[in-house]
Amino acid sequence: MNKIKVFVVLCLISTFAYAGGYRVSTQSNKQLAMGHTGVAVVNSADVLFFNPAGIVHLENKLNISAGGFGVFSDVKFQNEDFGTFSETDSPTGTPVYLYATYKVTEDFAVGLGVYTPYGSNVTWPTDWSGSHLVNEIELSAIFIQPTLSYQLFDSVSIGGGPILAIGGVNFNRNASRTLTDEEGDRSNIEIDDTGITAWGWSAGLMFTPDDRFTLGINYRSLIDVESTEGTATFSDFPTSTLTPANGETGFTATLPLPAELTVGVSYKWDKLLLAFDYNRAMWSEYNSLDLEFGNGATSINPRNYKDSSTWRLGAQYTATEKLTVRAGYYFDESPVQSGYFAPETPRNDSNGYTFGLSYQVSPKLSIDGSILYLKFKEITESYDFFSDTGSPVPAPFEGTYKSSAFIAGLGITYSM
Amino acid sequence: MKKLNIKLIPLFIASIAILSCEEDFDNDIQDGGVYTAGEADFSKYVTVGNSLTAGYADGSLYLNGQLNSYPNIIAGQMQFAGGGEFNQPLVNDNTGGMLANGVQILPNRLVLASDGMGAPAGPARYTGAAPTTDIINKVTGPLNNFGVPGARVFHLAAPGYGSLSGVNTGTANPYYARFSSSETSTVIGDATAANATFFTLWIGNNDILGYATSGGAGVDNNELNIVDPAMQGENSITNNLVFGGVYQQLVAGLMANGAKGALVNIPDVTSIPYFTTVPPNPIPLDGPTAAFVNSNYAQYNGGLQLAAANGLITATEAAQRTINFSAGQNFVVMVDNDLTDISGSPIPLPNWRQTTSNDLIVFTAAGVLGTLADPSNPASVIGVGVPLTNQQVLTTTEQARVTNAQQSYNATIEALAAANGLAYVDARASLSQVATTGVPFNGGLLTSTYATGGGFSLDGVHPTARGYAFTANVIIDAINAQYGATLPKVDIGAYSTIQLSDTVQ
Repeated sequence: MNKIKVFVVLCLISTFAYAGGYRVSTQSNKQLAMGHTGVAVVNSADVLFFNPAGIVHLENKLNISAGGFGVFSDVKFQNEDFGTFSETDSPTGTPVYLYATYKVTEDFAVGLGVYTPYGSNVTWPTDWSGSHLVNEIELSAIFIQPTLSYQLFDSVSIGGGPILAIGGVNFNRNASRTLTDEEGDRSNIEIDDTGITAWGWSAGLMFTPDDRFTLGINYRSLIDVESTEGTATFSDFPTSTLTPANGETGFTATLPLPAELTVGVSYKWDKLLLAFDYNRAMWSEYNSLDLEFGNGATSINPRNYKDSSTWRLGAQYTATEKLTVRAGYYFDESPVQSGYFAPETPRNDSNGYTFGLSYQVSPKLSIDGSILYLKFKEITESYDFFSDTGSPVPAPFEGTYKSSAFIAGLGITYSM
Repeated sequence: MKKLNIKLIPLFIASIAILSCEEDFDNDIQDGGVYTAGEADFSKYVTVGNSLTAGYADGSLYLNGQLNSYPNIIAGQMQFAGGGEFNQPLVNDNTGGMLANGVQILPNRLVLASDGMGAPAGPARYTGAAPTTDIINKVTGPLNNFGVPGARVFHLAAPGYGSLSGVNTGTANPYYARFSSSETSTVIGDATAANATFFTLWIGNNDILGYATSGGAGVDNNELNIVDPAMQGENSITNNLVFGGVYQQLVAGLMANGAKGALVNIPDVTSIPYFTTVPPNPIPLDGPTAAFVNSNYAQYNGGLQLAAANGLITATEAAQRTINFSAGQNFVVMVDNDLTDISGSPIPLPNWRQTTSNDLIVFTAAGVLGTLADPSNPASVIGVGVPLTNQQVLTTTEQARVTNAQQSYNATIEALAAANGLAYVDARASLSQVATTGVPFNGGLLTSTYATGGGFSLDGVHPTARGYAFTANVIIDAINAQYGATLPKVDIGAYSTIQLSDTVQ
């Protein structure tokens, strides 16, 4: 009876709408297990990402943590009016992180973080009904963040550092809904660029009035990834001067990695730690994905994202000296607005349920595991800003989407 | 340790509960039950007809055209509601064209060529690959699509219409010869043997179309009262009684096993760009040129008055035949065989007149209109100094013959549909809408404008894949209405229109 109640309640919760552009919140196993809270949680070197002001609070001189995740995601699409359906066959995403901090003096610490906060891996069946919008997309970005942290007053520490972002993109889609070569193969454009670099920064503040209560604020700046050196490959266009020629050409495009503000608190009560984070991601920066090709062709794709919020709750319980268990929940509001629902990032609002534990192998080393189940409500939406070449009438791409994602991660924490 | 376990149990249950929430759609269209067949049974769908049923387009039968035939599209949607496999006599390639014993007997498909500078030039035969479909390689295995390009109603019941040896002598149809079950089989016999549970029949278009596209070169078997199915000559209009008799026989054959189905009526010839692309007054002239041209026709015009005065023609006909050009857009001079023939009279005048706004100039005349019949003679401009032939214009008289037959055929089709409880598909009304107002779809407006309208392929007669998809939707609507089925329609914007290519002759 209780089981059924739990089941029903959880399924109802998940009927709230759903998630967040191409941001992937998997920057720590410990913290993911707590709903990816952390701006006010000093657990390990992972705090370098969540709040650079926190690393000076770490007890040990040297702290290292590293880990990775497997992201298993699936999106189903169908249109009942036309009887069309498709399901993604996306490769497993593998975000990773590495943090190291060193306490130089009691009130000054330095650190280095390497992490992958953005990424997208969506593979639809080639030539599916939305192939004029996307067949396949792979976005990735590695952030490298050297960090300084200083205890300003007894109860206030600050921290920050520059971020070097190294990004890559591969995006494949058909030229239109119907253009083919003479054999009927769909005309296709693929863009590819790697090793794009851009700079940003992160800064944080941590307020610790007593041993139990912590308040944290962190801001990460906007990083515009400008692609100018990549190649665009036009293939399966017909032999005709009425269409672009087949072959490689250059392209330019800019993809914003939006600024993000996080405010959070944690409260420690004996063996229990509770944390709450609020994230605001400034997605409104992402107005339009504009591609200009070397051969003169252009592709303007309005996105019109809105700023979006995420509310995160996490709990940590030190069960025994060796075992710590964690659980969390978050609600992730999608930045995608109605009518701009493109299948390249088919995200509506999502509910994340997290769970994890740490096992202390030795006083210096612990193993951290976490799982996240992201639940998306079924949504009927459309992308209304595609028009066939020469047509004055847009051709909305509409359908019902059902997404799900399961993430499992493993990491280690080492301190001395 | 016991304490810990108690705490973990709810978490464990919660995880399981979350993971067991159904990840499928509330209403998954792949599960079945979303779409229904109503009173119909789509398990074995068989279709009979002509080029339209075969998926012929761009002046040829080629692979992608067949894959986008309206029956194949309908069969795809039927699979959501109990539909089975649907096999077509597919050709080998997208070049089109057809070989007989290695010798090409039918031309390649048409593509839209550019001028090499980024502007469209016009239709041309594709030469990017050699045709590879040879009629001597018979299609084997069960078939569902018995569409035979060129077939008229009586051909479907004619033994030997699929004889390979008959192709050489011109008595058989090469398309049917590819898949006929024997040298003496009939199309309807083969189709009936397929044991349909559901069928569509769309035949009769060529029974008027050959006459129409040839500008009325053939005869009207209704006027001549020729009721022998074997005597309906090339480019003639099939006699209404012949149509009714054979059509009834076809329906009876297809229904022999209790199958349900849909009958599709015959569209207007004025719905197709072959007759609507060239305006009746395509000749621009300035005042002095018009005066000069008129002076050349003064003798002819004078002769007409004389003929009228002598009672050879009426005064009305004399006026109708009088040729007069003026500054601006002008109607063309043409030969009209339906005018009174006075070429053997003491006043021997040719059967000339100018077109009127109701005459239909055929698409193929576009290439010659305004050009010089004799390059060394600047006065030999076709349509001005030299008339269009009788075959290049479908006159109002000829249109009336076509319409008379078409209306009779459609009355037959509608009556047989009603009498047998079959769906009646008013393709005439639907295609007329495409031709007049256009039909809006997700991403545009489907019209019959040549090349750009999206509805018709480059031969100006047969639909594009998008046009066929539209047709499929019209038929699906009729099937759903008749049988209470809920087959989904297709997104016609996802279907291609014309093929661009500069790999041409």
